[in-house]
Amino acid sequence: MGFEPKIVAFLCNWCAYSGADLAGVSRLQYPPNMIPIRVMCSGRVDPQFVLEAFKNGADGVFIGGCHTPGDCHYVVGNFKAFKRVVMLKKMLAQLGIEPERLRIEWVSASEGRKFAEVSKEFVEQVRSLGPLNYGKREKA
Amino acid sequence: MARIGVFVCHCGINIAGVVDVEKVVEEISKYPDVVHAEHYKYMCSDPGQNLIVNAIKEKRLDGVVVAACSPNMHETTFRNACERAGLNRYRCEMANIREQSSWVHADEPEKATEKAIQILQVTVEKVKLNSELKEAAVPVTKRCLVIGGGIAGIQAALDVADAGYEVILVEKTPSIGGHMAQLSETFPTLDCSQCILTPKMVAVSRHPNIKLMTYAEVVDVKGFVGNFKVKIHQKARYVTSDCNICGKCEEVCPVIAPNEFDRNLSPRKAIYLPFPQAVPARYTIDTNHCLGLNPLVCGKCKEVCEAKAIDYDMRDEEIEVDVGAIIVATGYELFPKEKIGEYGYGVYPDVIDGLEFERLLSASGPTGGEVVRPSDGKVPKVVAFIQCTASRDPDSYMPYCSKICCMYTAKHAMLYKHHVHDGKAYVFYIDIRAGGKDYEEFVKRAMEEERITYIRGKVSKVFRRGDKMVVWGSDTLSGEFVELEADLVVLASAIVPIPDTKKVANLLKIPVDENSFLKEAHPKLRPVETLVQGVYICGAAHGPKDIPETVAQASGASSKAIAILSGKELYHEPTTAEVNMDACSGCRVCVNLCPFSAITFNETTHTVEINEILCEGCGTCVAACPTGALKLRNMTDKQIFNMIRAALSGGD
Ligand SMILES: Cc1cc2nc3c(=O)[nH]c(=O)nc-3n(C[C@H](O)[C@H](O)[C@H](O)COP(=O)(O)OP(=O)(O)OC[C@H]3O[C@@H](n4cnc5c(N)ncnc54)[C@H](O)[C@@H]3O)c2cc1C
Ligand code: SF4
Ligand code: SF4
Repeated sequence: MGFEPKIVAFLCNWCAYSGADLAGVSRLQYPPNMIPIRVMCSGRVDPQFVLEAFKNGADGVFIGGCHTPGDCHYVVGNFKAFKRVVMLKKMLAQLGIEPERLRIEWVSASEGRKFAEVSKEFVEQVRSLGPLNYGKREKA
Repeated sequence: MARIGVFVCHCGINIAGVVDVEKVVEEISKYPDVVHAEHYKYMCSDPGQNLIVNAIKEKRLDGVVVAACSPNMHETTFRNACERAGLNRYRCEMANIREQSSWVHADEPEKATEKAIQILQVTVEKVKLNSELKEAAVPVTKRCLVIGGGIAGIQAALDVADAGYEVILVEKTPSIGGHMAQLSETFPTLDCSQCILTPKMVAVSRHPNIKLMTYAEVVDVKGFVGNFKVKIHQKARYVTSDCNICGKCEEVCPVIAPNEFDRNLSPRKAIYLPFPQAVPARYTIDTNHCLGLNPLVCGKCKEVCEAKAIDYDMRDEEIEVDVGAIIVATGYELFPKEKIGEYGYGVYPDVIDGLEFERLLSASGPTGGEVVRPSDGKVPKVVAFIQCTASRDPDSYMPYCSKICCMYTAKHAMLYKHHVHDGKAYVFYIDIRAGGKDYEEFVKRAMEEERITYIRGKVSKVFRRGDKMVVWGSDTLSGEFVELEADLVVLASAIVPIPDTKKVANLLKIPVDENSFLKEAHPKLRPVETLVQGVYICGAAHGPKDIPETVAQASGASSKAIAILSGKELYHEPTTAEVNMDACSGCRVCVNLCPFSAITFNETTHTVEINEILCEGCGTCVAACPTGALKLRNMTDKQIFNMIRAALSGGD
């Protein structure tokens, strides 16, 4: 069997998680590699969570929030998330992890199609990067 | 050790047709702390819920995970079921294996099953560390404050009062009515503004549930939804409610002051009634112009007042009130004169704005409804109307469309023609935006039936030549330069929020947008709410709007306020942030991050404090706290770390 990437997806309750629900309701198909973790706001995603995911064997991390500006249920949580991602990408590069393994996307509650599409795209992107094995690499 | 029960739903064949529910039960049974697992056709049905209730009792479960549809569907259902069995509702979570597994991976049943197991593991990890929580109950003060007495505030106050709740309506000027009171006739039906407004103003003054405070301003707001404490500054008007508006005082008052209601096109006295239909029907002494009350200089008005209504000893007062909800309706202004250089506004008396023209058209206006030029009182035979003045011009003025000017300019040109039959009206426009019920038809009527000349193009300059105003512009349809000699120029100036809007917004801690209009909680789904619970907005303070839209929004805002006032208590989600005082270093990083101003710094303890009623539980502060002193209840860092590991465990 080929390489099946493992991806942790932090989805904000109001937009991305609801968008993912809508993808379901519309029966849109996408690869099953992303395991969703529902957070109330993308602003809740602490950079440590992303690092912890990579350490524990994730090949990719996805963050889904509300569109900027204006859609965030908590006003600006998505901006905070975005800033953290910019910082994280720099950090990942220093750790020898391809920054492309981390992705943030704005998906509204009405964008089931977009959720399915970016999921597909991201899974393919991580697949083409190959396994990360960061935790194992560290131990070795 | 936790005792978690897992309940896997088939959802008919919606889940079980793809996901191997038996395998899921088998696998999750092996997961640490799971002491019970079963599957059933419809978990949300009565027998399904009973399975959960019984298992909680029999197996002494202290946590429940229902693997079924999205929590947005049935979280409340299953939490209620758990509560019936004596389990705290926050010890129940849902694993979404339908919308986010069986439905989206229908072609890959094995992988869908695997993903379902993983989603379940993640959720079990969350439940394990969920605390028992209780919603905070807050009592509600059954009274509403409405700020601003224009048509928006009037409508909102009447709606809330009609629903049976007390209303305090605070208006800054001596009378309610706002700009609608200044209008002549209103588009698209051309009914007289006063005629439709006055009955509503009177209804406000007579309503047993409405306490009207004019000549007053809100100066301080504390507290939170259901329990606001508001301080109102009541200015002294020096005339009591004994006034019977006989007007004798006005006759003897020696001071001439500009009449703001007539946009300074006529004079008034220092003791004045803003306009004949004013509510309350009571004179006011304007101390900025009065020769002096303290010590008394003139005193003529008191001498003639037979009703003994004049009281020079009146003083300003501060009044405190408790309210449960607040509606803000502070309205708009027109773009200030001084700033529109190229059109000579404020320099030439015969360049006026839309509201000034309304006063000229109004039967109760300074000219008794005769359209004459301010400079020499002559009837203008050629009038140029310039739309989009200071609107839609991001480089120099306001970037947005003021929305109502296309309509009121068509109205102005029409009414002008009704007043001056042989007059010629020219309208300069960029394009016409008349998107309302019967609006397009109205503009068409202006163009076709009333023979008003519409010139598509921007005006570059207005200047005086002899006793004419010369308008330079371009006709973008013919590509030609246009020069028009007019007797009067009327500018459809941009609608801007009143200068106080920011001050009021700051008092209430509600945001304003980049143009200083009040900002709604969500541009599509929560148009009358603000980010502060219990504070609602309506009318032109929120953005340019006409009367129908203003009234609709006011009724929307009042229904939101009524929803708050009608509850005995308010319940607030307990999944909020909390501070560990010992760990907080007092760095205050979180204070500015919180979009709801729920975090304050305590100067004595040198730590932050979180108001649990204001906190909405987004967790932004928690993710940013450098010392880990902040914790989000039932979504702690520890929980998320465990959930991440569970998401990645198993399978290779
Ligand atoms: C030239 C012109 C012509 C128009 N013609 C039409 C028409 O024909 N048809 C139509 O539908 N619409 C028309 N409109 C639009 C109409 O005027 C508005 O839709 C309407 O007045 C908005 O009402 P409002 O209550 O939101 O604001 P406002 O009328 O501005 O009322 C706001 C009130 O709040 C008070 N206030 C402000 N700040 C405070 C404070 N801090 N504390 C207490 N009180 C405060 C103000 O004194 C005022 O009384 C026209 C507008 C213009 C400029
Ligand atoms: S004279 Fe007295 S009663 Fe008459 S309008 Fe003036 S204040 Fe009112
Ligand atoms: S969780 Fe969000 S709403 Fe609550 S205090 Fe922190 S930043 Fe404010």
